[in-house]
Amino acid sequence: MIEKSATDLTREAEFVAFRAGGLEFCINIMSVREIRGWTPATVIPRAPSYIRGVINLRGVVLPIVDLGVRLGLPGTEPTARHVIIVAQVGERAAGLLVDSVSDILSVEDTSIQPTPDVASNLARTFVRGVIAMDGRMMSVITMDNVLPAGMELEAA
Amino acid sequence: MDPMAEIRLTFFQECEEQLAALENGLLSMQEGESDSETVNAVFRAVHSIKGGAGAFRLGALVSFAHVFETALDKVRSGSLVPDADAMKLFLRAADALSDLVSASRDGALGDTAPYISIEEEFNALIGGGTAEEDDLSGLDFQPVVTAFEEPPPPARNAYTIRLRPLRELFAKANEPLALFRELTRLGTFSAHCDIKNLPFLDTFEPEDSYLSWELHLESESPQSAVKEVFDFVEGDCDLAIDLRQPVTETAPLPQEMDITAILRKVREEAPAIAATAAAAAPPQPEAEAAPRNKAAVQPTIRVDLDRVDRLINLVGELVINQAMLTQRVLHSSHVRDREVTSSLEELERLTREIQESVMAIRAQPVRPLFQRMSRIVREVADATAKDVRLRTEGEATEVDKTVVELLADPLTHMIRNAVDHGLESPEQRIAAGKPPEGTVKLAAAHRSGRVIIEVSDDGQGINRPKVLQKAIANGLVPPDAQLSDSEVDNLLFLPGFSTASAVSNISGRGVGMDVVKRSIQALGGRISISSAPGQGSTFTLSLPLTLAVLDGIVVTVDEQVFVIPLTAIVETVKHEPSRIHHMGDHSFVLRVRDVLVPLIDVGAELGVRAPASDLRSGVAILIETANGTRSALLVDNIQDQRQVVIKSLETNYMRVDGIAAATILGDGRVAMILDVDALVGLRHHDWAPAEIPLAKAS
Repeated sequence: MIEKSATDLTREAEFVAFRAGGLEFCINIMSVREIRGWTPATVIPRAPSYIRGVINLRGVVLPIVDLGVRLGLPGTEPTARHVIIVAQVGERAAGLLVDSVSDILSVEDTSIQPTPDVASNLARTFVRGVIAMDGRMMSVITMDNVLPAGMELEAA
Repeated sequence: MDPMAEIRLTFFQECEEQLAALENGLLSMQEGESDSETVNAVFRAVHSIKGGAGAFRLGALVSFAHVFETALDKVRSGSLVPDADAMKLFLRAADALSDLVSASRDGALGDTAPYISIEEEFNALIGGGTAEEDDLSGLDFQPVVTAFEEPPPPARNAYTIRLRPLRELFAKANEPLALFRELTRLGTFSAHCDIKNLPFLDTFEPEDSYLSWELHLESESPQSAVKEVFDFVEGDCDLAIDLRQPVTETAPLPQEMDITAILRKVREEAPAIAATAAAAAPPQPEAEAAPRNKAAVQPTIRVDLDRVDRLINLVGELVINQAMLTQRVLHSSHVRDREVTSSLEELERLTREIQESVMAIRAQPVRPLFQRMSRIVREVADATAKDVRLRTEGEATEVDKTVVELLADPLTHMIRNAVDHGLESPEQRIAAGKPPEGTVKLAAAHRSGRVIIEVSDDGQGINRPKVLQKAIANGLVPPDAQLSDSEVDNLLFLPGFSTASAVSNISGRGVGMDVVKRSIQALGGRISISSAPGQGSTFTLSLPLTLAVLDGIVVTVDEQVFVIPLTAIVETVKHEPSRIHHMGDHSFVLRVRDVLVPLIDVGAELGVRAPASDLRSGVAILIETANGTRSALLVDNIQDQRQVVIKSLETNYMRVDGIAAATILGDGRVAMILDVDALVGLRHHDWAPAEIPLAKAS
């Protein structure tokens, strides 16, 4: 949850705005490592439906999450015009398959509103807040729960 | 980590190196190389450990190292002849020193009795040691080059030593006082401090060094012994050791001067002092000799393994990229430009060279590993009252660091086995017409891109009737089985097999050869055995040079590419529908000659396609899992056999059952490496391993 800054100074953060599953989202630029075009992924056996597989990112085996499917939205049939946002999740890195990246926004803390109570459990898991500016509304995605749950346990 | 703990850690790391050097030297001495170089190296190792231990107030370590050092010093000076018994004592002392270092590191000094008993043996040795002039020719310590003729002992030598420490000396936590203390032990010692260079307080640098000393020492010790005191400060001070009659005129003590006098004198003498310093600075003949002694030790740096691994990853990536680039350039251009082609070839050559060099960083000689084994041999030989000599060959053979580390346990076990089970007692050996001393040989060599390690003994060989009897008793083979010799030998690798009818406390530690085999396979290696009755047995390990790559065959399943590790593969089998039998519930068996093995449809097993009700197309690959059971994997196609770079899937994702790791193929795409054991286990965990009659396996 976003806490409002107690000080008079408003803090600004930058967000990468993108579209996935037909909706607009954004993600804090600090957790984005790079943005690259779609390349076919190698299927991982027995992976959840939202894991598109793994790709080779300069020697690193990077899992690709179809963000739309992960959020319960219609799936994407990726083409060369689709985009992978390479994001850092704690110690790990993962690629988010999205439709397109639109722009980079500078947003003040105060204009990020907490996720409304009406939101579904799924939304609460991935959405940290909502940004409303210039007549647009975007969910702020948090990477924490994007990869399969219980991964740490299974990996141990 | 607090700085002290860090220094302490470094000390113990260095101890490891010193201990290795010590053992190495002692083993050379045992082989008869008792030149002063070797003896010196041994002495220096113990001396360094003692010195460091003193700094950390590790009393037990200091006192033990001191006794050890004293004995070695006797050898060095020629008053003690290192005969076979003495060498055994030295080797045992080296083992004990190693234990003591570990105990001191862990702060768990247990029973000190073994150390004390060795100390007593040393004292007896030193006391009883007699110097025989005739035998000393090879041992006589030759002092390093000196400009002066050395009067024969016991005449006392008069040394004049000029010592001007540089600030580096203090920065390295050395101090002159410690050196002086050491010198006082050599003989009559006096020191005169020269404070001429001491500046006034306003220009005084607290961390700089201003003092110098003129030291006078009368001692029986040779010049080299005096020089050795300064071993640790070499390069950090201006040092001149002169062997001569005491200088008669002594400079007036500066303390007696008043400040103006000092000032005047400094002004007058400044050029002269500079000249003296310049004269002292260029390496003296003896100062040059010392580094030459040390040149045998290659300079090394400590680097985090992570950094090396990062470099290896990057270079692996470079190789893949270079291959892709070449492929694209050659495909895209219609004109075959010779210059482009040759540049690309040059690039390829360079990339390969970089890759090899980078891989070589992780490579380490097997020598330390082999040295550890010599200790195991000594211990087991003592416990079993056998006379055993360990011969090693190819200690310089280099293998990946991790492979070396992971080899220690299986190798220890095999060595124990060789001494305990392989070799006969001295009496039995004599009765069999063999020398009473048994030999265990440990050899390493590079052969066609792999490392071959052989453990062999000249003992009784494998008692095949006994092995077979035992296997039958344990229900591992049917009572009427007719096994070939090599099949009987391979029974040793079956789980739950132990030849020792009475489990001895040497080999019978609940670890069988099956565990050895499994750990070797986990390293991507293979193990084989050969034995001749009455002549001995040989275990041969074949290991990959590195864990970063793996030999595998590239297969396709439903257009997905997978890699099967070559170590697991027995053969590919001609696929004929008539040999396949459907057992229902999507279970199939394949008849390979006269044996039925489970046939696993890789695609269905991994969930990349639905289970088929009949398996008509594809290629079957016969594999053997770590526990010795065989299965056949059904794939669509075999593409290629190649070496692939192993990439972790767990770094960014998680473990997947049936998948060992990932790799990146030449076209830059990721492929999964199958975990054959898990794949077989997934479906057939309820299959008993005994369903395959081994007897008909050939």
